[in-house]
Amino acid sequence: MQVTMTVNGETITREIEGRLLLVHFLRDELGLTGTHWGCDTSNCGTCVAWMDGEPVKTCTVLAAMAGGHEVRTVEGLEVDNVLDPIQEGFMQCHGLQCGFCTPGMLMTTRALLDRDPDPTEDTIREAISGQICRCTGYTTIVRSVQWAAAKEREAKAAPVEGDTESVGSAS
Amino acid sequence: MQVPAPFEYTRATSVDEAIGLLDRLGSEARLIAGGHSLLPMMKLRLANLEYVVDINDLHDELGYVRLGTDEVRIGAMTRHRELLESPELAAHFPIFADAERVIADPVVRNRGTIGGSLCQADPSEDLTAVCTTLDASCVIRGAGGERVVSMSDFFRGPYETAVEQAEILIEIRIPLRPHGSSAYAKVERRAGDWAVTSAGAAVWMDGDVISDARVGLAAVGPNATGIPAISEALRGQVPSEELYAQAGAIAAESCSPNTDNRGTADYKRHLADELTRRTLRLSVERIRAGEAGDQGTQAEGRD
Repeated sequence: MQVTMTVNGETITREIEGRLLLVHFLRDELGLTGTHWGCDTSNCGTCVAWMDGEPVKTCTVLAAMAGGHEVRTVEGLEVDNVLDPIQEGFMQCHGLQCGFCTPGMLMTTRALLDRDPDPTEDTIREAISGQICRCTGYTTIVRSVQWAAAKEREAKAAPVEGDTESVGSAS
Repeated sequence: MQVPAPFEYTRATSVDEAIGLLDRLGSEARLIAGGHSLLPMMKLRLANLEYVVDINDLHDELGYVRLGTDEVRIGAMTRHRELLESPELAAHFPIFADAERVIADPVVRNRGTIGGSLCQADPSEDLTAVCTTLDASCVIRGAGGERVVSMSDFFRGPYETAVEQAEILIEIRIPLRPHGSSAYAKVERRAGDWAVTSAGAAVWMDGDVISDARVGLAAVGPNATGIPAISEALRGQVPSEELYAQAGAIAAESCSPNTDNRGTADYKRHLADELTRRTLRLSVERIRAGEAGDQGTQAEGRD
């Protein structure tokens, strides 16, 4: 069967088997190996990507089900060589050790910050409760998310220089 | 690597189209909504299907929580996250948010639906206990029209429901009754797991007296079960710890848990007792807090 979807802004059409899971479509058909393939049972959360702006476990979604929808993977976080603040946060606060859970953690916590710019530790831990870090580095993951949240709040409060035009037009 | 056996994927864009497809494709076809129960079963070859009919496009038609005068209607494609965030359900049935917070995890809740949860009819599933507690009914549609069945008629055994091959569960209806509240409690081995045992309670009060009460248990029998003997024991009584203990004892006696890797039968009976007490107590507290809270606000306003 033929499936057409948008992945990181690009429209993609492929001939696939109905039983192909979205995680394998992303990795094997598109070469987007940033989305990791872990437990296969929707428990570990390393395969999390977005469908229509919401994090989903791509090991438990058929590629065919994503047809007509917008998918965003961890590769879609960086834009024009600029890291997303959540990626920076994980770098700054040592939010990864082996890195296997990181793509899923990044996609889930990016979605969290889009909904809640100032999440408490409890909120962050709840958001990633469907994801497993086998290095058990949860404390630094929480710090990384808080770092990114603080950076985004600062950026909003004090627009960077050169952005004065938009500030002027807004006021 | 776990992948389902080969099947043909097709998509329905309306309820009638879904019914037509099921009718035409026959017993080797199944609907897929959130897919977080069906796909794992297909991966393990516990479900072997020739056709999978994707009904996610029906979310526009069947994704809703509608507050009426005497009932709340929930579309079968309403996702767990939408149930958790529904202000209508929070206002009238706090049991929903209690349960949704402990169903799987936030990412799974973005996909899973109430209709899928009920149709899966897993004995440990939480929303089946919630709907049993609230005396919900299910609207099932087929080519010949719609029928409405009670929760006790909906469940026919583990993983079996009253929904026939060419039918689809489209709506869940929950009666609205005044002066009531509800609560849910679950014991699980780890975050997001199936229940070792869980209990839901709903209580309605007339002044200081319980006018009606219902308790529903999950994971301690073939299906989620309501316990009429508890309702009988509580009606007309003034809430007290002794009364909750009496209800808990009935819950422990009435259920039929199995010893498995989630716990022994004795432990599950103990949990049925304890969780029945806790949810009844919390339901009554919520009723009183709601009323006392209103009065308090008014009193402060006058001062």
